[in-house]
Amino acid sequence: MSLHTLTVAELAAGLAAGRYSSLDLTLHFLGRIERLGPELNAFVTVTADRALEDARQADAARARGEAGPLTGVPIAHKDIFCTDGILTTCSSKMLSGFVAPYDATVVARWKAAGTVLLGKTNMDEFAMGSSNETSYYGPVRNPWDPARVPGGSSGGSAAAVAACLAPAASGTDTGGSIRQPAALTNLTGLKPTYGRVSRYGMIAFASSLDQAGMLARSAEDAALLLSAMAGFDPRDSTCVDVPVPGYTAELATPLKGLRVGVIREFFDKGLDPAVGRLVQDAIETLRANGAVVREVSLPALPLSVPTYYVVAPAECSSNLSRFDGVRFGHRCDSPRDLRDLYERSRGEGFGDEVKRRIMTGTYVLSAGYYDAYYLKAQKVRQLIAADFARAFAEVDVVVGPTSPTAAFGLGSKTSDPITMYLNDIYTIGANLAGLPAISIPCGFVQEGGKDLPVGMQLVGPHFSESRLLSASHQYQLLTDWHRRVPPGFE
Amino acid sequence: MEWETVIGLEIHAQLATRSKIFSAAATAYGAAPNTQASLVDLGYPGVLPVLNGEAVTMAVRFGLATGATIARRSVFARKNYFYPDLPKGYQISQYERPVVEDGSLEILLDDGTRKTIGITRAHLEEDAGKSLHEDFHGLSGIDLNRAGTPLLEIVSEPDLRSAKEAVAYMKKIHTLVRYLGICDGNMQEGSFRCDANVSVRPKGQAEFGTRAEIKNLNSFRFVERAINYEIERQIDVIASGGKVVQETRLYDSDRGETRSMRSKEEANDYRYFPDPDLLPLAIGDDLIESVRAALPELPDEKSARFVRDFGLSEYDAGVLTASREMAGYYETVVARLGGQPKLAANWVMGELSSALNKDSLDVTESRVGADALAGLLTRIVDDTISGKIAKDVFEAMWNEGRDADTIIEAKGLKQITDTSAIERAIDEVMAKNPQQLAEYRSGKDKLFGFFVGQAMKATQGKANPAQLNELLKRKLGG
Repeated sequence: MSLHTLTVAELAAGLAAGRYSSLDLTLHFLGRIERLGPELNAFVTVTADRALEDARQADAARARGEAGPLTGVPIAHKDIFCTDGILTTCSSKMLSGFVAPYDATVVARWKAAGTVLLGKTNMDEFAMGSSNETSYYGPVRNPWDPARVPGGSSGGSAAAVAACLAPAASGTDTGGSIRQPAALTNLTGLKPTYGRVSRYGMIAFASSLDQAGMLARSAEDAALLLSAMAGFDPRDSTCVDVPVPGYTAELATPLKGLRVGVIREFFDKGLDPAVGRLVQDAIETLRANGAVVREVSLPALPLSVPTYYVVAPAECSSNLSRFDGVRFGHRCDSPRDLRDLYERSRGEGFGDEVKRRIMTGTYVLSAGYYDAYYLKAQKVRQLIAADFARAFAEVDVVVGPTSPTAAFGLGSKTSDPITMYLNDIYTIGANLAGLPAISIPCGFVQEGGKDLPVGMQLVGPHFSESRLLSASHQYQLLTDWHRRVPPGFE
Repeated sequence: MEWETVIGLEIHAQLATRSKIFSAAATAYGAAPNTQASLVDLGYPGVLPVLNGEAVTMAVRFGLATGATIARRSVFARKNYFYPDLPKGYQISQYERPVVEDGSLEILLDDGTRKTIGITRAHLEEDAGKSLHEDFHGLSGIDLNRAGTPLLEIVSEPDLRSAKEAVAYMKKIHTLVRYLGICDGNMQEGSFRCDANVSVRPKGQAEFGTRAEIKNLNSFRFVERAINYEIERQIDVIASGGKVVQETRLYDSDRGETRSMRSKEEANDYRYFPDPDLLPLAIGDDLIESVRAALPELPDEKSARFVRDFGLSEYDAGVLTASREMAGYYETVVARLGGQPKLAANWVMGELSSALNKDSLDVTESRVGADALAGLLTRIVDDTISGKIAKDVFEAMWNEGRDADTIIEAKGLKQITDTSAIERAIDEVMAKNPQQLAEYRSGKDKLFGFFVGQAMKATQGKANPAQLNELLKRKLGG
């Protein structure tokens, strides 16, 4: 098997055994990025010099006997995480010249764990999108079919890992931005519990929903990467101070006795039947291996899309106010006065989808509309959270499809925002309720002569990452969907 | 028609924390522009606010000192508007659920009666930066040192009925926040400022009139003048058949008038919503009790004690307790003196205060310390010098920094109590002024004062006044 198709765990073992150095690995991945990266458009910035320096330091640390489980493993960061001294764009013209003056906590922790930074990955502008088509740097292509989207907003991270340009990458998930691209590119994508991972240095889209996580080749990798990412951070008031369990050690927890609830509402008429069948097959595999499967109903869940599209734009309209052309970011040429400075800097700096959400959010927070929209949405949010809580009184995890369809064609949904928004119908609930959720590969559908991956989603109670990861890992011990690599990228 | 004025004040007290309300940057005043602004204060992408616990403790201290309810759960909201000195495009401020609610305090009116003024709420918020328009031709400078400085906004009920009451209330709050050590009260630096909501209505009418809000008043004098101007203006508008419009006005201290800034229609829609970056602020009994236990003696308590223990008038007690430092100074003088609280009060409020005023000094910077003043007063009490001479000695102490005894000794100011010496001086004066003596003896009593003055002059003012009076009366009588 080639070096680049190995999991983080396998690479870490190879590094520990001295089969190759971090510099060897880093040069290998940088070579692939140079060769295969441009057609996928997965990276905004490739940090080759920094990567080589990181690798040398990792090798030196290993020589001193100071290596940890991730020392020397190359990774990529979604370009939403601030990286000290490195361009941090959020894939927006607004930040196309912004060099962050500090490291996000996620960046600092993975760095402290000895990882090597290959580069910053492309994304939907300010994480607003489900197809990576809203990026100022252009769309990302899906390695399984370059005519299709990789999902979004963490589409660059997904494409990079799926195409084996990086062993793993960070992502952020506000309404499905890790899980949906993971599903569409055959990766394991974990969105942790809200508050499990610090948001400090992660450029905010919707603060009450945003959560950092990762896209990886296996649940085992996700466990390793989460261990190095999770934990209390005093710089984020919403980060929760609960101990970080030994995710890797707990992977061994067997499927036997796992109580699985199949979400009735997720197998609706919007679901592609072929996708539904694969998810049912995967659930059958769980049952055959000792899980106790039953159906659960989350009646408020179908309201999650309209709820989300009030809450998220409301928060984003305020979060993005700081991009005013005054201190950083894009500033229009020779503004006539203050109003002109604001209007043109923001008008030129933001793309259409970002503007649409800022306007929606401004509207729903306006005097006279606040109660009818924002407050109502917050109440529905409570109902959705209560639905999940009721389900978790009876089952350990709930499962369903991650996305209603496999990857769709580039440009096929850009003209109709509502159709695009409905793509997140199965993922948004976990964000609204602050719950951890994971998407894992569970098979392929054939479309246009191509194999397109499908993901199964598992959602658990707050801080149940261990359970989600062990269930996923046990499933991955029984299947090999997650080891499939897109043709041409082996 | 007889009019009644209704006033409510919103006082902004800058909390005396070392660091800002949501960042670790220092709050010290007067640093070079933008040197005390962290990435959080600059509103950089990705940064997050973390609440300063000291600011919360200070708000609780204020709440407890005004008998208010401390909210067990309060919420920080975002007030959204664009302005260059507001880096995030929103101000974090408590909106629907403030930390302090339903307090009150008493003010002393001119006629000696007390009036209770309700405090609707006090909430925590961050200050904005400063826009500097003067020094940059065609451009504006932005200084974000002040951005993120913690403020406690103290909102009164519309209980105030005159500019004088408003000033009395504002002074009372000013005294209180300094007692509590939560605000330095420096009005020139903007640490303590207020907005005044003013309306008028025909006396007897139950509904309030339409109010105007006068923004950013930063001296007691301006508060009084601005309110009085505004009252006249509103009465004129109504009397001439017009209507007062709800608007924000600015006080121009040079011209002594208020001017319209923006009307209600032009007002921003601030799109308040709870800040998702901050959890609701939960305050437990333990915090409240530990703050309560550490509260200092409050101005009203201290003032009542001065009246009770020292026999001072309420007015004097109020003046002496207007600052914790002044009260401390006074109490030290009384303690060193071993009594004589009224004498001490007269001196502290008289000579000391006017000397401090003249040199624009705070009592903590006084050139004559409490011990030194007590030393001087001791010499009045033991008849070493007269009260009149004591004023000269005080002036010398103030200017030269020496103690009273040294000055009395060096200048030979010791009071003459030797009867024969005073008699000699009287004899001399009588001999020099035979005509006045004759007039006095023929019934012109008024001339007694003339002889007192002449005799005092002959002793260089050192004669014991009581003795001089008595001896003079006897001798003049023949």
